[in-house]
Amino acid sequence: MLNGVKIAGLGILIVFFAMAANFGQDAAYQLHAVLLAAAATAVLVHVIRGFGRSEAAPETVYMDGVIRYGVVATTLWGLVGFSMGTLIAWQLTYPELNLGLPWTSFGRLRPLHTSAVIFAFGGNALIATSFYIVQRTCAVRLWGGNAGWFVFWGYNLFIVLAATGYVLGSTQSKEYAEPEWYVDLWLTIVWVTYLAVFLGTLVKRREPHIYVANWFLLAFIVTVAMLHVVNGLAVPVSVWGSLSVPLWPGVQGAMVQWWYGHNAVGFFLTAGFLGMMYYFIPKQAERPVYSYKLSIIHFWALIFLYIWAGPHHLHYTALPDWAQILGMTFSIILWMPSWGGMINGLMTLQGAWDKLRTDPVLRMLVVSVGFYGMSTFEGPVMSIRAVNSLSHYTDWTIGHVHSGALGWNGMITFGALYYLVPRLWNRERLYSLSLVSWHFWLATIGIVLYASSMWVSGMMQGLMWREVDEQGFLVNSFADTVAALFPMYVVRALGGVLYLTGGIIMAYNLYKTAVGAGVTAPARAVAAE
Amino acid sequence: MGVLSKHGIIERNAFLLLLLSFLVVTIGGLVQIVPLFYLDNTIEEVEGVRPYSPLELAGRNIYVREGCYLCHSQMIRTMRDEQERYGHYSLAAESMYDHPFQWGSKRTGPDLARVGGRYSDAWHVAHFNNPRDLVPESIMPAYPWFAATPITGDRIAAIMRANRTAGVPYTDAMIAAAAADFAAQADPENEDTTDLLARYPKAVARNFDGEPGTSELDAVIAYLQMLGTLVDFSTYTPVPSR
Repeated sequence: MLNGVKIAGLGILIVFFAMAANFGQDAAYQLHAVLLAAAATAVLVHVIRGFGRSEAAPETVYMDGVIRYGVVATTLWGLVGFSMGTLIAWQLTYPELNLGLPWTSFGRLRPLHTSAVIFAFGGNALIATSFYIVQRTCAVRLWGGNAGWFVFWGYNLFIVLAATGYVLGSTQSKEYAEPEWYVDLWLTIVWVTYLAVFLGTLVKRREPHIYVANWFLLAFIVTVAMLHVVNGLAVPVSVWGSLSVPLWPGVQGAMVQWWYGHNAVGFFLTAGFLGMMYYFIPKQAERPVYSYKLSIIHFWALIFLYIWAGPHHLHYTALPDWAQILGMTFSIILWMPSWGGMINGLMTLQGAWDKLRTDPVLRMLVVSVGFYGMSTFEGPVMSIRAVNSLSHYTDWTIGHVHSGALGWNGMITFGALYYLVPRLWNRERLYSLSLVSWHFWLATIGIVLYASSMWVSGMMQGLMWREVDEQGFLVNSFADTVAALFPMYVVRALGGVLYLTGGIIMAYNLYKTAVGAGVTAPARAVAAE
Repeated sequence: MGVLSKHGIIERNAFLLLLLSFLVVTIGGLVQIVPLFYLDNTIEEVEGVRPYSPLELAGRNIYVREGCYLCHSQMIRTMRDEQERYGHYSLAAESMYDHPFQWGSKRTGPDLARVGGRYSDAWHVAHFNNPRDLVPESIMPAYPWFAATPITGDRIAAIMRANRTAGVPYTDAMIAAAAADFAAQADPENEDTTDLLARYPKAVARNFDGEPGTSELDAVIAYLQMLGTLVDFSTYTPVPSR
């Protein structure tokens, strides 16, 4: 009976997507209809092949298959995202690399880079690690049966739809929320399922307390749901086309966008990754979290304060001053819980600092927290209106984002991947620790080149724009300032090349580890208790 | 630390943790966003600001599609050097019909909030074909496909209807005449522009790309040439609350 419903439902979907491909008014929509029809067909085949097989997996075993897929997806999307970033960095240096084609021009590839890194690499890392963490810290199998698999495949389908849409010119132009209406709707379904799976696992846990990492992960999931829905509201022009008209106009739209945008940073890239920090650093250092009370303060202060910080993206604009001042004030206060979290992470190494000398994975995790501390200090500084008047619209912002994204999000994800792969594939150790060291230094030097070149170019840009002579006339034309940035843009792109190279080395190392180019440990089909 | 010792209650109840987290994260957004729909200086109407004409709207959609906002802001801040370089600071009212807003966050290229009328159509035609022909230092991509891609007004009425649903005051007459207005603005030599100008004051009707037929280049240039031209700042007086 249930199988009949499934087959009928999927059949209707496939017919609908075929109709959509036929009636579609633009290339992105048509391609997406074909992709969705293919995805529905794949699910249909999977359902039919599953007939007669026993579905129930033993409740006593952790659900690690989906995490293994997530680890592979994280690694591959990471390489895509870093490559795209490096490519567009070179485009800014040598504009001929735009090739004069719509699909390869900077304006379409830049959202591809940001989405690939934040949502594909970061998102897959968050989903995979949160599934790993919540099962271990609750001592139960993931709730919801195949819903975990739906989250993984559904989320990656969202990424493919978003990425191909950008290349074909389908965008809402809201930064870090560019996908069009139907892609947004699909993500909403996937994300609510993710929340249900995570919450369901927490509810059926066998530990009396919910571990601190899960507080952050839960807050991240529910807040992102809120931000995504409110910011994404739009009126589709037609059911058969990708174009839509976002609901929020002008100044309200700007405020909603940066409420979303800054909290994509605050919750996706911070709260979620802090969940990773609170699990993997204690595990790798084999020490308990430094302070339980600090975790409580850190958690509530961080999630309460972050949501206010958005208006610091809109200083001196048409947004009312009171909102700008609120944004600035909360951004500065935010420094405290951010550093509280950093201290909690770093001090967890108390009594284990010597491990930094011998364990490159721990070194990666710890340096990521260092970069977290650095960018959460730089952020409040840049949110001050006087500083922002110089830094806004310049490369300083780009440098700031990348010291956070490459240093904090990237490094902690690399550390988590190095932690997970041997355990998920039942290997005794990583294939090569010296390759981890190579990765570490390539990535670190890459970040240093990136951040320092962007500091120089950003401040120079800001100063050149505002430079006036003794009669009060502007000294520099805009083109002068562009020409002056060239050497810094070369250095930035080289930094990207180093970081990408590190990523490739990691992928090789993880692959060799997974296929067992080391010694095989006895299988541990981990008992949940 | 008596309060913190009670935290165990929250730690033992997943639904309570979810509920409290959600409540805590809603506050900031409510305080900062909701008043913007009621305050005078964010909903004030300024004389001259009007919805986009069909051709301008089509051009704007191309601007969005190509991700121009990633390198060009449309928001002049109140600082002296910006007003020297780009003109009067931007008013909230000037983007009140913008769905989505295009304020941008980065100036890899200059601000475009008041680029309208600053350069000739011919300059834009050559610049889109290859920016470095005119500005050797430029790192902007070339957009040769604009000139090569024809565009029609067939779908513009539907786009205007969606804008109306989102709150832009397009009248029935504007939507009914969308395709005609679209054609008239791009080809004023052969079409009557009286109604177009009555519906969209200050609309510039020209053969923007200088070529027969209507291409994406016509639409984009029509959009750029109207940016920042609607408000007459010689007569504008700011509201005291700003």
